[in-house]
Amino acid sequence: MSNAAESNQPVGQPAAHHVILEMRSITKEFPGVKALSDVSLTVNAGEIHAICGENGAGKSTLMKVLSGVYPYGSYSGDIIFQGAEVRFKDIRSSEEAGIAIIHQELALIPELSITENIFLGNEPTRWGAIDWVGAKRTALELLARVGLRDDPDTLIKNIGVGKQQLVEIAKALNKSVKVLILDEPTAALNESDSQHLLDLIRGLKGKGISSIMISHKLNEIEQVADSITIIRDGRAIETLDVQADGVNEDRIIRGMVGRSLESRFPDRTPNIGEVFFEVRDWTVQHPQVAERMVAKGSNLTVRRGEIVGIAGLMGAGRTELAMSVFGRSYGTFLSGQIFKDGKEIQLRNVSEAIDHGLAYVSEDRKALGLNLLDDIKRSVVAAKLSKISAGPVVNDSKEFAIAEEYRKNLRIKTPSVDVGVSTLSGGNQQKVVLAKWMFTDPDILILDEPTRGIDVGAKYEIYGIIQSLAAQGKGVILISSELPELLGLADRIYTIFEGAITDCIDGAVADPETLMKSMTSAKKKVQSR
Amino acid sequence: MSTDSITTRGEKKPAAKKKLFGGNVRQFGILFSLIAIIVLFQILTDGLTLSSGNLINLVSQYSYILILAIGMVMVIIAGHIDLSVGSVAAFAGIIVATSMAEWNFSWPMAIVLGLVVGVLIGAWQGMWVAYVGVPAFIVTLAGMLIFRGGNQLIGNANTVPVPEGFTIIGAGYLPEIGPDTGYNNLTLLLGIIVAVAIAVREWRARSVQKTMGSEMSPLWVSLLKVGLLDAVVIYATFLFAGGRVGTSFPVSGIILGVLVLLYSFVTRNTIIGRHVYAVGGNKLAAELSGVNSRRVNFLVMMNMSVLASLAGMIFVARAGASGPQDGLSWELDAIAAVFIGGAAVSGGIGTVIGSIVGGLVMAVLNNGLQLLGVGSDLVQIIKGLVLLVAVGVDVWNKRQGRPSLIGFMTRRRTPMAPAEAAPAVVPAAGTPSTVRPPDVPTN
Repeated sequence: MSNAAESNQPVGQPAAHHVILEMRSITKEFPGVKALSDVSLTVNAGEIHAICGENGAGKSTLMKVLSGVYPYGSYSGDIIFQGAEVRFKDIRSSEEAGIAIIHQELALIPELSITENIFLGNEPTRWGAIDWVGAKRTALELLARVGLRDDPDTLIKNIGVGKQQLVEIAKALNKSVKVLILDEPTAALNESDSQHLLDLIRGLKGKGISSIMISHKLNEIEQVADSITIIRDGRAIETLDVQADGVNEDRIIRGMVGRSLESRFPDRTPNIGEVFFEVRDWTVQHPQVAERMVAKGSNLTVRRGEIVGIAGLMGAGRTELAMSVFGRSYGTFLSGQIFKDGKEIQLRNVSEAIDHGLAYVSEDRKALGLNLLDDIKRSVVAAKLSKISAGPVVNDSKEFAIAEEYRKNLRIKTPSVDVGVSTLSGGNQQKVVLAKWMFTDPDILILDEPTRGIDVGAKYEIYGIIQSLAAQGKGVILISSELPELLGLADRIYTIFEGAITDCIDGAVADPETLMKSMTSAKKKVQSR
Repeated sequence: MSTDSITTRGEKKPAAKKKLFGGNVRQFGILFSLIAIIVLFQILTDGLTLSSGNLINLVSQYSYILILAIGMVMVIIAGHIDLSVGSVAAFAGIIVATSMAEWNFSWPMAIVLGLVVGVLIGAWQGMWVAYVGVPAFIVTLAGMLIFRGGNQLIGNANTVPVPEGFTIIGAGYLPEIGPDTGYNNLTLLLGIIVAVAIAVREWRARSVQKTMGSEMSPLWVSLLKVGLLDAVVIYATFLFAGGRVGTSFPVSGIILGVLVLLYSFVTRNTIIGRHVYAVGGNKLAAELSGVNSRRVNFLVMMNMSVLASLAGMIFVARAGASGPQDGLSWELDAIAAVFIGGAAVSGGIGTVIGSIVGGLVMAVLNNGLQLLGVGSDLVQIIKGLVLLVAVGVDVWNKRQGRPSLIGFMTRRRTPMAPAEAAPAVVPAAGTPSTVRPPDVPTN
């Protein structure tokens, strides 16, 4: 961890010890959540600096502060770049200074060519017109530097994700970048593309370009990083020197998960019955990319009154599995069966899934869970209007009474159920979503990141709700990026890696290290039990 | 839990004024604009605006635009647009006129035929929008050309007259019956019914609020609200009833009134109405809640074409003939009415009542300027500016962080069931009555 004593070099002078970038005591708050508190980071010139942490630990937030996505003034703390304090007001100003960020979701325009993308917003002009000849010549040079041999006139949509990633880097190189930030650069790449990218980053290092790399793939980090900063719960826990400290994957995992679980969960005595819900050999194809399977022959069982956890890193296929089971609302269904109470059921669309007693609480509350224009009472009943209707006519009085009932039981903090859901805090919005699905009388509740972006107090209440649902004999499938949450709540935890279920661990004996291992490697395939 | 704040009861005092006008600043802003415009023209025209003759004329002249606005607001709530309504109206009009003139249809049969034409056109356009996935803008732009051309093809670009019987839906008035009171008796009766209905509705709403223990507005607010509305209704009744002999409240106004009531109810209180808002507000969330968004889009587009056909027939009935230029640029008037009435371009927001008020703003403006002898060139410029300013104010308001809760007034909980039918609090199955989480840990 870079402490204040080390970083007290005079501002404005050339940096000693080859330090190119320093972030000092960065604190960033969102309404209700402290995303970063007092984080410091020191990056040397020509090094690859990895940032590790669980999902939601604050890695991306830190990088957004650095790249000006969150402008100066929206955070506290200082950024010293090449010996001088910098105050970026947007991405453009950080790029001008020489810091480029390459996002997880690529920011390329599919309908434009490689050249056009590289020069987008930065077009070389001659006599007031774009100098396409010069641009193409430069593009060829840049592509050569990143090891891409495609014609620069090729449209972005016609090259693969791996090559797109390289185009992004070429675009950054064109802006004479000094520090390259890569957010999960290999998440969407296959083995050989990943290797090529990592080699390229190493090559850039030789040319004096520093990289800051966020990755969940610990083996890659071990392979290329010079130093590693571990972030946990918005704090920088430690900075490891890979060579000197002899860092390996286990060491990183310990840093990422090392925290106590003291009493963050309500007490519960599980009362688990027989298996009553089963997914067999579930195979689903990516909606756009035909060769990519988002679920590969997955098997899953749920018992009555059981909370079943699903652990996996971002992009492993947790949400994809859940949504495809929930009425095929994601991807292209290829094969697999669903059994409930011993009988095979067909869930071809969402309303069939709801009718068969399934409920899915989305990880993206705002985009998929709620109509933010609606008020609370309408949101609560939205998934099963027929339950409060006589024929086609909705009974407003029932609606109000039911919304009131949930408001009281779930402690939704609002002056009235007549107000819009957009006025509620994240935790209370999530309670509305839970109420909406509880109202459908589900037997199986799939909760996808139910506590994402929610403060600690509301989390505790939501844990209580989840446990009481299980206590009523319902099966709960809990998808979470937070291992402590899974360990604290789940009776059994499946791990997913690249669309395949890799392990199934008893919640009582599971520990973060074993989970993280199964989440980051295709260890073994688990049959349903 | 710093982000969760409960508004205490004490802070809710200023709400009384909002309650009076239905808790919607934006929409009651439009209502005030309408009143202000009426008063302004009343003064400028020396009382001509609120004269019996002009009012009757206003209703029969603009009822078809307002009917279009009813369908258009649903299309816009669902996140689409319909540019074809003027052409569809003209197409239905010429078929209906031709059916009577050449195919010997009786006028009631012709009306049925017109509605069937609307259903078929709507199914055609709805299919493209909902099931093929072509944006409604394109589908209805094509429809605008196709059905305009269809009108001219069938009518040979000529005018086709309609028989006397048919004109009642566009040019007819409530008949004179009963003793000679100096007023049209049926219009008086209609006014009384409306005035009583307003009072009963408010009283019912209060009694349901009472049984459910929800927050009630003070009694004086209800009384004042009913008093004001009924005063307006009674005043208008005497104006409509006291016109030139042979004129009274127009039949087209009654058709409009029935449609407004029907569609207000459909949009507010039925499952399909809820689904329209859900699809427009967040299509993905709606689909994940089991809403069949394709079906919703199909029905909304179909409904619009049916109403367009009806509007076309009313226009033909009023004009006495169907012509090749019927319905030109109606779509623009209807769309303007909807947006002035508070709908959002992005969908999910809007109300039938709001759109009617928006349409009336345009109608009164148009009518008043004509009474003043302002040329149609200036009228168009003024209408354009009004549209721009009305929506601009709305957008600006939103950016100031004041949530524009458009539609709150009419989407407010207005219980349909009488008090005694309202069930006691039914604990929904699946409600964990045991969830009483202990106090939040300090951690």
